[in-house]
Amino acid sequence: MTSLSNNTLSRWSTDELLCWSLRGIATIAGTIVMLIVVFLIVEALPVLHHVGLLRFFTDPSWHPAEGLYNLTPMLWGTLFAMTGSVLIATPLGILSAVFCHYYAPSVLARPYRRLIELLAGVPSVVYGFWGLVVLVPLIAEIQPPGPSLLAGILILTIMILPTIALMADASLANVPQQYLRGAAALGLPRWATIRGVVFPAVRSGLFTGVILETGRAIGETMAILMVCGNVVQIPSTIFDPIRTLTANIALEMAYAIGDHRAALFVSGLVLLAMIVALVVSAEWVSRGRMYG
Amino acid sequence: MTPVESLTGPHSRHPLEERPACRAPQPIVEIDRLSLYYGDKPAFQDVTLSINKGCMTALVGPSGCGKTSFLTCLNRLTDLIAGCRVSGQITINALDVLAPGINVIQLRRRIGMIFQKPNPFPLTIRRNLEFPLREHGIRDREQITQIIETTLRAVGLWDEVKDRLGSPALALSGGQQQRLCIARALALLPEVLLMDEPCSALDPLSSGVVEDLIVGLRGRYTILIVTHNLAQARRIADYAALFWVQNGAGRLIEAGTAKQIFENPRDPLTAAYVSGMRG
Amino acid sequence: MAETLSRPQNLREWLAFVLVWGAAGLVTAVFCWLLGDIVWHGIGHVSWTFLTAPPENAGRQGGIGPILASTSLILGVCLAVSLPIGIGTAVLLAEFTSDQSLFGRITRRSLDILAGVPSIVFGLFGNAFFCKMLGLGFSILSGGLTLACMVLPVLIRSTEEGFRAVPASYRLSAAALGLSRTTTLIHLLLPAAVPGLLVGLVLGVGRAIAETAALIFTSGYVDRMPESLLDSGRALSIHIFDLSMNVSGGDTNAYASALILVIMLLAINGTVSWLATYGLHRKIMTV
Repeated sequence: MTSLSNNTLSRWSTDELLCWSLRGIATIAGTIVMLIVVFLIVEALPVLHHVGLLRFFTDPSWHPAEGLYNLTPMLWGTLFAMTGSVLIATPLGILSAVFCHYYAPSVLARPYRRLIELLAGVPSVVYGFWGLVVLVPLIAEIQPPGPSLLAGILILTIMILPTIALMADASLANVPQQYLRGAAALGLPRWATIRGVVFPAVRSGLFTGVILETGRAIGETMAILMVCGNVVQIPSTIFDPIRTLTANIALEMAYAIGDHRAALFVSGLVLLAMIVALVVSAEWVSRGRMYG
Repeated sequence: MTPVESLTGPHSRHPLEERPACRAPQPIVEIDRLSLYYGDKPAFQDVTLSINKGCMTALVGPSGCGKTSFLTCLNRLTDLIAGCRVSGQITINALDVLAPGINVIQLRRRIGMIFQKPNPFPLTIRRNLEFPLREHGIRDREQITQIIETTLRAVGLWDEVKDRLGSPALALSGGQQQRLCIARALALLPEVLLMDEPCSALDPLSSGVVEDLIVGLRGRYTILIVTHNLAQARRIADYAALFWVQNGAGRLIEAGTAKQIFENPRDPLTAAYVSGMRG
Repeated sequence: MAETLSRPQNLREWLAFVLVWGAAGLVTAVFCWLLGDIVWHGIGHVSWTFLTAPPENAGRQGGIGPILASTSLILGVCLAVSLPIGIGTAVLLAEFTSDQSLFGRITRRSLDILAGVPSIVFGLFGNAFFCKMLGLGFSILSGGLTLACMVLPVLIRSTEEGFRAVPASYRLSAAALGLSRTTTLIHLLLPAAVPGLLVGLVLGVGRAIAETAALIFTSGYVDRMPESLLDSGRALSIHIFDLSMNVSGGDTNAYASALILVIMLLAINGTVSWLATYGLHRKIMTV
């Protein structure tokens, strides 16, 4: 009761010191998002101020040098590429995970899972390069010019497939064994078990996976930039070249000045808004899982 | 009253040195209307109890009646549990345990705790004992070596491990790990020892060894021991206290000498429990 | 579960069987095609000279020596900044903040959003903040700092997992012995959390060297050997991009550079799964 030596007193405050310095550090980490938002807004503000947000959707075309800032074709480009690749990658990814868990003999399941992990680690510039030198010439033989929405969709599909496959794989691993034993005891065949018992059990995990892959598809820049042809237009067929929001920034940022530069920051803000919407909906889904 | 040594002071006392045995009741821990809530759910309510110095007090009762939670209040481990709220008063040797400003680290050095599951650190046997000592300001190598030997002898582990003090503590058997944990607590010369079912996670043989060890500590330390094992409580305790769940919260039903509780219980619930009819 | 599954019995089961194997086969085939193509075209040009010599004729000839140097410097800056911040934040979130606290919730939510921010947006931010506002210009420092912001969420997430995998009994018994939280952290928790920390580190490195879009307008294009951190330096991924898009006849060296990049990433990936297995092993041993 009396022996509060200085030694322990100082140690007590070491704890407090540590806690406060950690808080300081975490605050830095936590405020980066704020900083990003603030800087995008600050840089975009001039053009928002004297052009207005509406004109980014109503201007006749994207000719920043002439003060025309229509982002719609790029927005459509992003949406088309995203939708196409998510539509193809989702079934492929889920089937991949199903393969690992329920179809593949264990000698195949392990290496296949490693392969998906490796695909997840390949840099986007390598995918883009491969698309440029292999895929684009192939498409050009079917229907010129080659660099096209189709090439973008195919490359994006390969890139986002690991995301959904790994997410589905993790969800399938959490399916309680008694569900499977119960289904087996009822004499249900394999696919019937998967469709009727497994998929309903992992629905929210799969949905989170879809949201994550969508985020990746929206944000992808380099690969898309390398294979899509980058013509500012709303495509009429999948063989038409397109330009996405991300590619637009990467292409023009190097020489953009003034309002043009600010306009690129506006498209950065649009991208960020899309991602935040996705994160929020992912949160909403995972909260639903707690009650569902 | 035992003089409280300064942390850096001489550490010469033998852990098994004779101390005032449990003769005349002389309270060292006073608990007044203590309640504990996890969120809104009470674990136990309104417990008033005093623990006599140098005596062994057994807390008995069915599972889930708040005995373990009760122990963790005494050394403020409750601080580590989010959403945990304690009200009431605890005084140990005139120190107000629940006062906000007290030095919790100092408090916990003075109150040793043994957990249900042996929990040595993933370090060597020697480091397990040395590390807390160093943290509490004992840095003299010779003194540390001596304390390690004394405490390991005190728990009967010295002959078993003296040649492999450098090997991982987790390689020991469960019973040995538990005795190591007791040695680790004894090395800090605690005034009170809290034991949370120290034998229940062990096999019968190791459990017997640890129980013998605890009996050996009787009269030398003030010990609070939680146990499900009535026979054990009857064998080793001087005092006993029965906890029971009433209206969704643990309550203290009856406390007294072990003799009185087991042979002449006043409360019918106690009578039923000790005769093995309930719980 | 394979024992509960026999041969497909009806049409729908057959169809599913074919679809699942078909999907797996397709993915494997594409992967082999991609990797095979890079290795086939790249392997002939990889040599010691290629790794050390400076690029010539806009990269059509010569090697990637200065580019590897710039890449390592960018990575070094990135890690020097992100490691302390990442580990500190992870420790705070895992050990000093309850899941319900406002501070913890806000920090966690911002990190979730940060993890989803497209790399090109990091590029925009890096350009506006590090290059312009802080006056660092197109430099290795700007690029490394931008990457540091990018890898933080990955680093924090897995370090935090590492801390959460440490059994609660360590904390309780340490507290019961009257050890301070600082001591408990340094001597008990940190060593036990090392596997998670390493996984985070390696994943972060992987993400950083694969990155292109965030670097184009922060670290720049200059392919000379950098002399200081304030020089512009071209990262390997940007080199591949530039050779394939802007330099006609640069494909050969692009292939070789891509091969080097893929090899680096395969090595990193292997390390992660080795660490994960090793970490798991440790966890089982200590329980």
